[in-house]
Amino acid sequence: MTWMPADTSIVVVGSLCAVACALPGCFMVLRRMSMMGDAISHAVLPGLALGFLLTGSRASLPMFMGAAVMGLLTAYFTQSISKWGKVDRGAAMGITFTTMFALGLLLIVQATDHVDIDPGCVLYGALELTPFNTFGVIEMAGYIIDIPHSAIVLSIVLCMNLGIIILLFKEFKISAYDPELATTLGINAQLMHYLLMAMVAVTTVAAFESVGSIIVIAMLVVPAATAQLLTDNLKIMLVISAVVGVLAAVMGHISAIIVPPMLGFDGTSTSGMIAGSAGLLFMFVWLFAPRYGLVAKLFSSRKIEVPEMVASRDSACPK
Amino acid sequence: MEPSHSASHPLAIHDLTVAYHRKPVIWDIDLDIPEGKLVGVIGPNGAGKSTLIKACMDLIPRASGEISIYGKPYKKQRSLVGYVPQRESVDWDFPVSAQDVVAMGLYRKVGWFKPVRKKHLDKAREMLSHVGIEHLAERQISQLSGGQQQRVFLARALAQEAKFYMMDEPFAAVDAATERAIVSLLRELKNQGKTCMVVHHDLATVAKYFDWVVLLNMRIVDAGPTDLVFTEENLRKTYGGKLSLLDEAAQAMRHGKSHK
Repeated sequence: MTWMPADTSIVVVGSLCAVACALPGCFMVLRRMSMMGDAISHAVLPGLALGFLLTGSRASLPMFMGAAVMGLLTAYFTQSISKWGKVDRGAAMGITFTTMFALGLLLIVQATDHVDIDPGCVLYGALELTPFNTFGVIEMAGYIIDIPHSAIVLSIVLCMNLGIIILLFKEFKISAYDPELATTLGINAQLMHYLLMAMVAVTTVAAFESVGSIIVIAMLVVPAATAQLLTDNLKIMLVISAVVGVLAAVMGHISAIIVPPMLGFDGTSTSGMIAGSAGLLFMFVWLFAPRYGLVAKLFSSRKIEVPEMVASRDSACPK
Repeated sequence: MEPSHSASHPLAIHDLTVAYHRKPVIWDIDLDIPEGKLVGVIGPNGAGKSTLIKACMDLIPRASGEISIYGKPYKKQRSLVGYVPQRESVDWDFPVSAQDVVAMGLYRKVGWFKPVRKKHLDKAREMLSHVGIEHLAERQISQLSGGQQQRVFLARALAQEAKFYMMDEPFAAVDAATERAIVSLLRELKNQGKTCMVVHHDLATVAKYFDWVVLLNMRIVDAGPTDLVFTEENLRKTYGGKLSLLDEAAQAMRHGKSHK
């Protein structure tokens, strides 16, 4: 196996995407609405198509705006349908995003008469092609480094997500943990939820062209779920989820180079391997996490627990 | 006695109706809560007790009616009101410590965009020691017992330093030591001139804990000082045909009187 500069840019783009997704993903997993990422990543499609049809260009800004609006609409429709239609949130989500995705497909098929948006590309992405779509070249210490276009877009989105989460950390935290108390304190949990959904929608679009929507869903959920098994601290959970995302990107690309030849195939998609690696990482942690892992649990259940009565006698000292 | 709805009342409700899917949950509530009292809100399951509290804090939309906190709408009086939600309303597996949860009561004081600082965490710890569980400050909240979790919620409400507290079933499924701790805390708040409105389900302890009672079953059956209002006849009206409950209530009355 030979490592080329192109491999480095693929890993960098994959990592940027993974971290950008993992951060808002943590809050979605904690709010027990992980599949909202799935819903939104599909539902933004009509937004992309409209952004394109209205402006006639594949410039990023109109597409991002279209996507953000569709993300908010998905969150809103899901809520309204489950509230007024007396169906549960999962069903409402399913109704909303399949309808919007279908609408998006129709719009794209309409548009493909004139231009090239490829539905396959939307689903699976083209991470391997990122090195060819360069934004510019910088020369550093004698080396020539190509900067892929998607690296720039994803860096901007990652910085934005990071900035918003740092700035509004405690507001996101309380809105996810106790939305009612948050609202009584004047931190509107509903608004925070919509902000999160808008972040997810924009991140999804940024990641679309490089890694495709299927990997976005994996990166929104799996690193966060893995991190949750490893810590009881929200800040540390955010950091771990980012690390897991980067690990998955690196492992994914390396195995995309190594594994298929070993099995006698000539190549595979790095995106798929990244998602697969994330799954493997999760499995490993699920088994071996120090406190919440399966192995640790099997061991600890053999120990005798201190009875509740004894424990509360020790702690019960009302003033 | 017609409620006067003056601004000296921590809570004044005028003609409040709340409905879910067009079915009224609470109907035409007219109520003044006097200052400095421990007020028990009592009624059967589904009587609208939690709904009443949530409507007072604009957490659920109302079909009609006006609510004022010390004479002004809730939105302008947030800092005067402390809230203890039902324990089951949150996810106890959430990755936060007891101290983190208590610090949430201070978020309004911390202000938007600003991080929680050491002085806020110190304050949270002080509140935890007030409810007797300072040694559990660093624990993740799922590793606390039910009673300890309830104490965390109370500590958080204390951190809000409100004048008027609304508590939703703080006594539900807690151990005896926690129950005593909550009662002494309520009395302490009362001695500081604060008002507490507490949703309560154990009829046996009503007369012992509360000096004012609201009997609710979709409408207000009666409201006033416990001595006058907590009568067998009123309980019959509140609980309707639920005979076993009425027996329990009658026993509670005797029990309550013997405690005075």
